Amino acid sequence: MSLQTDLLILLPELSLAVGAMALLLIGAIGGEKTEPVVTWLAVCILLLAGIGTVMGPEGTAFHGAFVADRFSRFAKVMILVGAALSILLADEFFVTEKNSRFEMPVLMLLATLGMMLMVSAKSFLALYMGLELQSLALYVLAAFSRDNLRSSEAGLKYFVLGALSSGMLLYGISLIYGFTGSTQFTSIADVTMIGGASLGVVFGIVFLIAGLAFKVSAVPFHMWTPDVYEGAPTPVTAFFATAAKVAAMCLFLRAILSPFPDLLAQWRQIIVFISVLSMALGAIAAIGQTNIKRLMAYSSIGHMGYALLGLAAGTAMGARGVLIYLAIYVFTNLGVFACIQAMKRGGKAVENIYDLAGLARTDLRFATLFSVLFLSLAGLPPLAGFFAKFYVFLAAIQAGLIVPAVLGVLASAIGLVYYLRLVKVMFFDDAAAPFDGQLAPASRAIIWASVAATLLFIVGASPVITAADAAARALLP
Amino acid sequence: MFEAIAFWFFAFLLIACATMVIAARNPVHSVLFLILAFFNAAGLFVLLGAEFLAMILIVVYVGAVAVLFLFVVMMLDIDFAELKRGALQYLPFGALIGLILVAELAMAGSAWVLGPATMAAKAYATPQGITNTAALGHILYTDYVYYFQIAGLVLLVAMIGAIVLTLRSRPGVRRQVISVQNARTAAMAVEMINIKPGEGA
Repeated sequence: MSLQTDLLILLPELSLAVGAMALLLIGAIGGEKTEPVVTWLAVCILLLAGIGTVMGPEGTAFHGAFVADRFSRFAKVMILVGAALSILLADEFFVTEKNSRFEMPVLMLLATLGMMLMVSAKSFLALYMGLELQSLALYVLAAFSRDNLRSSEAGLKYFVLGALSSGMLLYGISLIYGFTGSTQFTSIADVTMIGGASLGVVFGIVFLIAGLAFKVSAVPFHMWTPDVYEGAPTPVTAFFATAAKVAAMCLFLRAILSPFPDLLAQWRQIIVFISVLSMALGAIAAIGQTNIKRLMAYSSIGHMGYALLGLAAGTAMGARGVLIYLAIYVFTNLGVFACIQAMKRGGKAVENIYDLAGLARTDLRFATLFSVLFLSLAGLPPLAGFFAKFYVFLAAIQAGLIVPAVLGVLASAIGLVYYLRLVKVMFFDDAAAPFDGQLAPASRAIIWASVAATLLFIVGASPVITAADAAARALLP
Repeated sequence: MFEAIAFWFFAFLLIACATMVIAARNPVHSVLFLILAFFNAAGLFVLLGAEFLAMILIVVYVGAVAVLFLFVVMMLDIDFAELKRGALQYLPFGALIGLILVAELAMAGSAWVLGPATMAAKAYATPQGITNTAALGHILYTDYVYYFQIAGLVLLVAMIGAIVLTLRSRPGVRRQVISVQNARTAAMAVEMINIKPGEGA
């Protein structure tokens, strides 16, 4: 295959990389006052990359390092949407904080590039390079409010634990490479199909799963999540909870299903274990939280548990369930974080859930929008969140995972408690002082779009499900 | 024969130096032993036919990293002897963990069975009739250009990150302005004063 066709397949990523470097130059030459221009150009670049992803050709490039297929296309669209809206939120946030710097959108573009390379990786080497590009940018983003102690702490914690998880991931990859003789997913699949599971490969898979579980914050590798979510600036947390989570989860799907389809019996028990633990911890530990960003961190741990249940099914149905779950999770979470960012009193951000007390009396519309999003996260039937869980549980039950699915339903019933408590605080508690007046335009647009998508998923779901189905079939033919 | 002697020589010195790195009382000695350890590891790489790795180890680790360590150790006023005082009391626990790890590695190693497909897919260190460095050069910018470019981007992110998190403009700090420096002429900087003998300036 010639270099031209390779580059054509890589075009969206190339435009993102070149665009990020061009924006860096604009910022470096023009100084801090270019920040709004850089932000809007960054959103335009993400839009272009999105068009390129959807219209671009499919195929593998660079000797099987990179693959553009339906699966990567579905994942990349979610990542790009999450990234573009997070950049808009970040612009609003840092302008009001008077800390806006042009490096923010540039770093977000480079992190997005890393995510796109991750979900398109077809060999362990490409997987690791993309992951490291993404992680390194995310560490810096977490510590971006460098004069804020919490933010610096979040960045440092994320960096140390992320480095540890990368070490475990690399150890697993090296074991897999040593026992199968290749880093290519297809070659590894061939070797394990003939040779079965040697002890070394199983060792490698365990370490690989441990490293990946760190990245998706699944129990027992979740400890960093609450601190990082709480400490990082709110739009960065939104970026972590949407684009980064989707990328890590899609990477998880591909790195397990693509090279090890024949070792289902070996890895399924591990995935079921971390999935059930994540669901349980996400539901129970969130009950005692009073900081809303910490609460969202535990909520995301729980949601990753549900998504992992779809992976544990190990079928195309399961992968489809995970992808639908992630799509719904992304647009609901973007709305929730836009709402959290709008929680301001006297120009200062407030994060305690009791700051929401009696919100319905001071701002009924905001309280209603917020509640709809929380009820969707809880998984109440007519809302989108219900269908997310429905498709995952359906796949799990069809794959014979009855007990984990029942435990999942129980966990989501427990999880309902803290989501409903938030709604109760907003609607039935004594009113606290009102929040600062009007929502900023981008936040308002994101919240309305998110709520509309949550409410209308029941009627407009079929294109999403069709696309997710095609994506899952590209992964597991 | 000579190869075997060289292997044992390098391997023994490597382990001895590595032990001295953690055992030496003076931190500067520790870093110097670390440099010697790097040299011995480079020797082992040469014996394996990986001379490029050997050179990189010396250029990067000895030339840059270890010298940087040396600077840091000399500049920071850390009492390393104080830090190491408690090391002995953790020795039994550390040794226990080390033993468990060795046992696990032995178990994994004894179960090492290579299937025929694995052997077929195995990559050789160096193609026949070509040196290791030339072989790496052939593939680094061709087959592996994708990885190479991503590595470049990772370094770019590291650079941006370091600047974003540490660079700040403090008031009252005098900075070098090259244009002002260059525009300065002798007439602006030097003044001739005719001082009479015995009066002083």
